[in-house]
Amino acid sequence: MPTINYVEPDGQVLSVTVDSGISAMEAAVRNAVPGIDGDCGGAAACATCHVYVDPAWIAKTGTAADGMEKDMLDFAEDVRETSRLACQIKVTDELDGLVLKLPEKQH
Amino acid sequence: MGAATMEASAANAIPLSKINVSNPDLFVDDTVGEHFARLRKEDPVHYCADSAYGPYWSITKYNDIMAVDTNHKVFSSEAGVGGITIDDNNVKSDGLPLRSFITMDPPDHDAQRKVVSPIVAPSNLMVLEKTIRERMQKILDGLPVGETFDWVDNVSIELTTQMLATLFDFPFEERRKLTRWSDVTTAEPGSGIIDSWEQRTKELQECADSFMTLWNQRVNAKEPGNDLISMLAHSPTTRNMPPAEFLGNILLLIVGGNDTTRNSMTGSVLALNRFPAEFEKLKANHALIETMVPEVIRWQTPLAHMRRTALADHEVGGKMIKKGDKVVMWYLSGNRDEEVIERPEELIIDRARPRQHLSFGFGVHRCVGNRLAEMQLKILWEEILARFSHIEVMQEPERVRSNFVRGYNYMPVKLHV
Ligand code: HEM
Ligand code: FES
Repeated sequence: MPTINYVEPDGQVLSVTVDSGISAMEAAVRNAVPGIDGDCGGAAACATCHVYVDPAWIAKTGTAADGMEKDMLDFAEDVRETSRLACQIKVTDELDGLVLKLPEKQH
Repeated sequence: MGAATMEASAANAIPLSKINVSNPDLFVDDTVGEHFARLRKEDPVHYCADSAYGPYWSITKYNDIMAVDTNHKVFSSEAGVGGITIDDNNVKSDGLPLRSFITMDPPDHDAQRKVVSPIVAPSNLMVLEKTIRERMQKILDGLPVGETFDWVDNVSIELTTQMLATLFDFPFEERRKLTRWSDVTTAEPGSGIIDSWEQRTKELQECADSFMTLWNQRVNAKEPGNDLISMLAHSPTTRNMPPAEFLGNILLLIVGGNDTTRNSMTGSVLALNRFPAEFEKLKANHALIETMVPEVIRWQTPLAHMRRTALADHEVGGKMIKKGDKVVMWYLSGNRDEEVIERPEELIIDRARPRQHLSFGFGVHRCVGNRLAEMQLKILWEEILARFSHIEVMQEPERVRSNFVRGYNYMPVKLHV
């Protein structure tokens, strides 16, 4: 069971351990991590699950995919190279220890 | 109810191919739900060959709607190919070039949306919350207790209008002009609102002049105000916006936030009357306002549909939609899809995932005002619960005759302290 570390804007770290196969958005929502809403249920269609992947992990998660993910990220605030939609990151054993930073605001 | 039962059997008696959910009369007596229920069960992606709006496809299930809404490359919102309502006429805008990003496809859409969206972001709107709350308090304090009055005109329209005036810092005494301009923007001759396209152009010109005057006053102010016009006038990305674009965006914000918010306000009162046990839950725990608000917006579904036009042949739910076809996503039906939403007919104010509903659309056009709309309803209910023990709905509301705006013209209520 991989562990994911969510870093809140104030620096606080919330670590959750979840089953492989779900998304990093679901992992956050199921464990009530504040700042990730997931309104669309993971369809890359609402952009309320924007996260910054820690640079050390970006090679493993990959950058945002062309198509819906990039299109939606376009409207999020303060988008960077490492921005992803958490619902498009599938949690695997490979990602055990993954660090995701939350943006200042997200709606 | 007798009428609903009769209609339910009527819905089942019609041959499938003759079902036409666009008939506005079905929205007046609120029986359209029976037709949607049948389509979801028997023919979820349904072709209606003959209607007042020409042939069209109905998409009635949650996941199929999501698939269309998130495929903007195939399903276009562009005014030039048909726009966003089942009625093609709604995109006509003789005279003024008032296109706004809701009827544009990417990339044009994206550039303009990026300009407007931070301005209605919740963090930005926090500064307006105090004024909005004070104005709501004043309206609620002025209402008669124990007497029957119309909630729509006295509260929903008045509050929504005051809110728009607050957002734009529009001259307060002239605020009903905003409601008028919103109505005129979406009206066509013969609708009872305007008599000719010339009249429409003339009234919208007055609107343009009025907002240009406000812009000019505010662009030179040393201390920019907290209103949307000042924000647009002072933000580096928008201060050089051409006037037609400025007006198009202002009107989009007025229209987008007008009927939708108004009808959610009326719908919230109606819903809590229909489900008294939920109202008791809310009174016992005011914190449930957080989840009650998105649930009410699902239950009401203030915009019954959005329309797209297929730019290529594409399969949806096993049916082949052809290039050029009109495709109607019935949010009202998707929000009642029992496969995705548990007990969808019921208002349940403490659902675990209350924002999983289609009322704001999904994808690149997802409502930019969604959190603003929620904020307004939240303040309204905080102030209602602080004052009244019950808002009693005295008779069935009178509903708007429209397959697009799902709302109310009149709803008599009585307040109890
Ligand atoms: C409960 C209230 C509201 C509902 C149900 C609602 C519904 C919607 C829907 C369904 C769309 C998607 C249109 C499409 O896919 O073609 C939309 C877009 C939009 N709404 Fe709202 N809306 C509400 C409140 C507001 C408010 C208060 C504002 C004003 C700030 C607003 C401004 C907009 C704008 C500007 C768009 C266009 C977004 C785009 O095309 O990218 N809405 N709204
Ligand atoms: S949950 Fe909606 S975009 Fe990720």
